[in-house]
Amino acid sequence: MRFSFLSLMRNAMAGQSLWTPQWPQVEPKPFYDAIIVGAGGHGLGAAYYLAKEHGITNVAVLDKGWLGGGNTGRNTTIIRSNYLYDESAGLYDHALKLWESLSQELNYNVMFSQRGVLMLAHTVHDIQVFKRHVYANQRLGIDNEWLTPAEAQAYCPPLNISADARYPVLGAALQRRGGVARHDAVAWGYARAAAERGVDIIQNCAAVSIRRDADGRVAGVDTERGFIGAKKVAVSVAGNTSPLMESAGVRLPLESYPLQALVSEPVKPVMPCVVMSNTVHGYISQSDKGELVIGSGTDQYISYSQRGALHIVEETVAAICELFPTFSRMRMLRNWGGIVDVTPDRSPIVGKTPVPGLYVNCGWGTGGFKATPGSAHVFAHTIARDEPHGLNAPFHLDRFRTGRLIDEAAAAAVAH
Amino acid sequence: MIQVRCPYCDALLPEQEFAYAGQAHIARPEDPSAETDEAWRDYLYIRSNTRGLHKERWRHVHGCGRFFNAIRDTVSDRIQETYRMFETPAGGSADE
Repeated sequence: MRFSFLSLMRNAMAGQSLWTPQWPQVEPKPFYDAIIVGAGGHGLGAAYYLAKEHGITNVAVLDKGWLGGGNTGRNTTIIRSNYLYDESAGLYDHALKLWESLSQELNYNVMFSQRGVLMLAHTVHDIQVFKRHVYANQRLGIDNEWLTPAEAQAYCPPLNISADARYPVLGAALQRRGGVARHDAVAWGYARAAAERGVDIIQNCAAVSIRRDADGRVAGVDTERGFIGAKKVAVSVAGNTSPLMESAGVRLPLESYPLQALVSEPVKPVMPCVVMSNTVHGYISQSDKGELVIGSGTDQYISYSQRGALHIVEETVAAICELFPTFSRMRMLRNWGGIVDVTPDRSPIVGKTPVPGLYVNCGWGTGGFKATPGSAHVFAHTIARDEPHGLNAPFHLDRFRTGRLIDEAAAAAVAH
Repeated sequence: MIQVRCPYCDALLPEQEFAYAGQAHIARPEDPSAETDEAWRDYLYIRSNTRGLHKERWRHVHGCGRFFNAIRDTVSDRIQETYRMFETPAGGSADE
């Protein structure tokens, strides 16, 4: 079923009774050309591009829970591409360009809104780092500009730029093409488009381990519902990557941390853009429903608990109230946590593994949502051709042996 | 927030007094210049990232300042025990 003005009209007349399920519930087949583990945006998107661009449709996407119920449905939906290094900027801007036409591509409104991402500088060091980002991005043709405090407040009126703030705003970097999107719609849109092309989406089917044959090649996946054979297996499970890959004998440079977010009660439009601050550590935007969506930090220790400590949220809320005193009386509705897999250089790993037929897309840390379409697109290319796309070639696993890191950790420190 | 027992101060204190310091019992190579690139990768970057009981280091930064070890369940975040550096935990060996 495609959405159109006509289909909306028909359903409006028929009391919304003509809608059909957007993808079928299917039982797993015994064998697939490719299995993608993890039905988040990255996994579903990879299945869609495998079918659409590479003609590989005998594909299953497995998920231990419901579709998009992991980090895809738990993040703060910020999208930007103003990374420092050429490799990162190339990959994230590839994603940003795909975001710009994703609703049309999928015939599904992902509510991509380019309202601008404002990153605040509070110290001399911040100013130097952000200006370096601005100039590096401009050299690559990626929009990013430097604003004075007054210009930042003109762009975002509720921002407190008073000089007697604990960490006064000294300037800001603005990427106007950045913004937010509806996270659930991204998973649903990719799922429907992939299922239309013959991909099986199998929910509530946790992958327990990856099975290899006598030659060491991938043979398939042992799941809660039995063994499923496959020529190729692609792992896209964020925080749970380490245990699953360990079952195939691949040890990774990853650590999994809880990352939290929270939303307020809905209010009338007050935040026109996304604001991020690395120094006081908080990021905030307003959803189309009116809730303030606030991103918090990670806990200090590794964990798979999918919840974080309350004092982390408290520190974030304090930072937000400092930046936006007017929000101090807002009530928060709920907070939650997701498990993010972090690499030593804070750049993802997208590519082949030492095991033939096994591919991994992981290490997106605290900022994978923004990359969804780009990551899915290059991951599908890697799976289909058994070699990386030019854009994800630098993000290979072997960089931790060669030392050729893409050290966004030093460039950004926090808040992806 | 969790509570952590410092084995030197013998006190159960809020997590904010401590700094997590990563996986425990990772030995620096004895002869660094003799190591292969693979061994350096494993030492510097590869981590167990265990789902379950994880041996890890903590440091009592706002107290005695000393490093110690803990065994914590990374699913429940519950700390099973803490023990001093170079001690063997009650729950098993000091290896990974």
